[in-house]
Amino acid sequence: MDKMPRWADVFLTPLISLILAFFVSGLVVLYIGEDPFRAVSILIEGSIGSAYAWGYTLYYATNFIFTGLAVAIAFHARMFNIGGEGQAAIGGLGVALVCLMIPWPHWALALPVAVAAGAIFGAGWAAVPAYLQARRGSHIVITTIMFNFIAAALLAYVIVEVLKAPGQMSPESSAFNEGSNLPRIADFLRTLGLACEGRPLERVCRAPLNIAFILALLACFGVWLLIWRTRLGYEIRSFGHSEEAATYAGISSFKITMIAMLISGGLAGLMAINAVMGEAERLVIDAVQGAGFIGIAVALMGRSHPVGVFLAALLFGALVQGGAELEFEIPAITRDMIVVIQALVILFTGALDNMVRMPLERMFLARRKAG
Amino acid sequence: MTDTTTQGRPEQAVPSNGKAPAIELKGISKAFGPVQANKDIAIRVMPGTIHGIIGENGAGKSTLMSILYGFYKADKGEIFINGNKTDIPDSQAAIRAGIGMVFQHFKLVENFTVLENVVLGAEDGALLRPSLAKARKLLTELAKEYELNVDPDALIEDLGVGMQQRVEILKALYRQADILILDEPTGVLTPAEADHLFRILDNLKAEGKTIILITHKLREIMDVTDTVSVMRRGEMTATVKTSETSPEELAELMVGRKVLLRVDKKPASPGKTVLEVKNLSVTDEAGVKRLKDVSLSVRAGEILGIAGVAGNGQSELLDVLGGIDHGTGTVELNGEAIDLTGKYSDGKSRRDRGIAHVPEDRQRRGLIMDFTAWENVAFGYHDDAAYQKNAWLMDNAALRAETEAKMERFDVRPPDPKLAAKNFSGGNQQKIVLAREIERNPDLLLIGQPTRGVDIGAIEFIHKQIVALRDQGKAILLVSVELDEIMNLSDRIAVMFDGQIMGERLPGETDEKKLGLLMAGVTEGA
Repeated sequence: MDKMPRWADVFLTPLISLILAFFVSGLVVLYIGEDPFRAVSILIEGSIGSAYAWGYTLYYATNFIFTGLAVAIAFHARMFNIGGEGQAAIGGLGVALVCLMIPWPHWALALPVAVAAGAIFGAGWAAVPAYLQARRGSHIVITTIMFNFIAAALLAYVIVEVLKAPGQMSPESSAFNEGSNLPRIADFLRTLGLACEGRPLERVCRAPLNIAFILALLACFGVWLLIWRTRLGYEIRSFGHSEEAATYAGISSFKITMIAMLISGGLAGLMAINAVMGEAERLVIDAVQGAGFIGIAVALMGRSHPVGVFLAALLFGALVQGGAELEFEIPAITRDMIVVIQALVILFTGALDNMVRMPLERMFLARRKAG
Repeated sequence: MTDTTTQGRPEQAVPSNGKAPAIELKGISKAFGPVQANKDIAIRVMPGTIHGIIGENGAGKSTLMSILYGFYKADKGEIFINGNKTDIPDSQAAIRAGIGMVFQHFKLVENFTVLENVVLGAEDGALLRPSLAKARKLLTELAKEYELNVDPDALIEDLGVGMQQRVEILKALYRQADILILDEPTGVLTPAEADHLFRILDNLKAEGKTIILITHKLREIMDVTDTVSVMRRGEMTATVKTSETSPEELAELMVGRKVLLRVDKKPASPGKTVLEVKNLSVTDEAGVKRLKDVSLSVRAGEILGIAGVAGNGQSELLDVLGGIDHGTGTVELNGEAIDLTGKYSDGKSRRDRGIAHVPEDRQRRGLIMDFTAWENVAFGYHDDAAYQKNAWLMDNAALRAETEAKMERFDVRPPDPKLAAKNFSGGNQQKIVLAREIERNPDLLLIGQPTRGVDIGAIEFIHKQIVALRDQGKAILLVSVELDEIMNLSDRIAVMFDGQIMGERLPGETDEKKLGLLMAGVTEGA
């Protein structure tokens, strides 16, 4: 076949792209007069160099797994769901309502209900653009972007006018009931009999990594099953590859558009389990923090495959966490610089993918011909 | 782009017999990755002749012509035009060398007039008026000289395909082409239009122009060419004088083995009526009626062939019956009405009722090109209980096993269920679709363009399968633009023109000329 080996396709290409991205980032760091090697070592050390760092990296990765899977599912049906940001925000509202309204005795009871609420709220927010696309042909990219703004406005209104505790100055809800707080890595260590007091575990225990990470792994597996092992997944992929062929096969475009977007929105909504229920333990106004958009990059880089999404989410989790450390250690490298580095990674792994892929493909072909 | 400097600076070659060939190719090779599309091709075409190039799909005809027209650069080899070695790095250079090309899919601006299209890209200056005047004068001369009459002020979108093709030829002549390459020119023409085209080509030949005709239709080669070259798997297997060969010999040269050009079939023994269509009409999104009160019936154990030039409603007929399009009227299957609109008018409902459909465009509809063969075997039938492991999951292993069995029965090569559909040849893709649809044991098989883009060897196999299904007592509705195919396979022939059935004929009691008249909408004398 005229293809390169799978390992080169799946691992080598993104790896080279990544190295290129870091190289250019290094030039930028050099330009502002800092030592790029020191920056890289802080970035790596700060993201995966300690258990504490992992505690944060995996926490961020959990967010990106959910939003990445959301975008990936929509991609399989050839739809570009830009609305992960808004769907996650509204999902957060659902989770918050469940946690605030019911005095949960134990998190194990709260979690399934909160999962359902997050998914339903997120899916509900995706339902309107999905319906407009399926019935009226309004382009999903436009409508989901607009729904991000509506979600932000709606959330601000609800928090400030309804959920904000009396006397509270900042725009956030009152803290959730103790009973709905999810077990974190600290609780896990304690059940293992490890004390959080004293080194080296003290800092790890402050990390927000929580049980939602397990949920994210389950979601990866679930999405894989859905896409490649079920009839619905088969129909979604058929529709995504060729709408005309899907019509021939009797696959309803309305049904697939709706279902794929509902699942997508639901997955985005689940991000709130990690960020709202697991970390903030209250509803803050900007709980999503751009994860919905990073999910697009994650899905692109992960080639819409759950394993790829997991790995890409890990990478972006490390970038966010390492970036925060970098910002702290080298003040000249600001928050905006971190965004530039993230953007370069997205640019090289996503948009400029073929720049690396094509020469690699030619190289493998030439080698095969010779050999 | 190695040495563009020699371009337009011809070296003299020694002509062998005083008269230099209009085109001579020496040792042309071209590879796309591991695929050798052209291998050491040599060909000479004398001026003032019509030279045919024939070969199966993927034999390398189009690649060769693309090299000649400057779309691809050959890896090796030389091109001589009128005895002069010429480099053709792009189509501008080809035009300068006097080569004109008429593509299978016309390259015309739909909302421009004929005149504007002819001048487009060959304007003399910044102002259009002088060029248009010059073109108008030339067009009048050409029309007289070659029977190339076209209204210069007509918009392209208002012209039929036959006329549009003439505009393409005029475009080439306006650019002073002496060598004209036509790629599958008759694919969209009625027999009468094709005859007219061949008269034009004869006139051009008489004027000393050289014509290269690429086609897969043996009959055309025999009718109009002086010499013919056969290509197979990137190689030029033979070049012969047309007068000294026969269709059978050419077919054998193309395929590499003896081929049955006619299908052996027993007379049909039709049973009860399976499909009864009454007053079926289809209106498209623009409000144009594509099907106008079509009525027809197909009985068990018979093949009804629908003849007609592409775009006269055949596709809409298949689409409505196959559940892709909506329509009005009544359609009965085995005496029971089927829904033409609403929830139960989709492809799945049709399959549940026993209608199988081999669509005209297998690459866009019948298959998902990125899916593997086994995924495609489930396509449309993925709800079948046999393909489910439990309530949730599909039984992919069972599907792969079934695909393997189907591939063996239908001789699909390579027999690898895990290969993506796009990596099979046209013929093998069609076999996958046929295996899927035929083995469902349908009451009615809708089949559109069964052998379009399919190599001769596979055509024979596919025709046999269709006849075998008929002999099992199934009703078959066949749509094809290949008259030969219609004549060969059908037990009855209905001719469509402008969304209507112009008439029904028995294959034994009609001929291609009479069908051709009906296809052009003429009922007298047909």
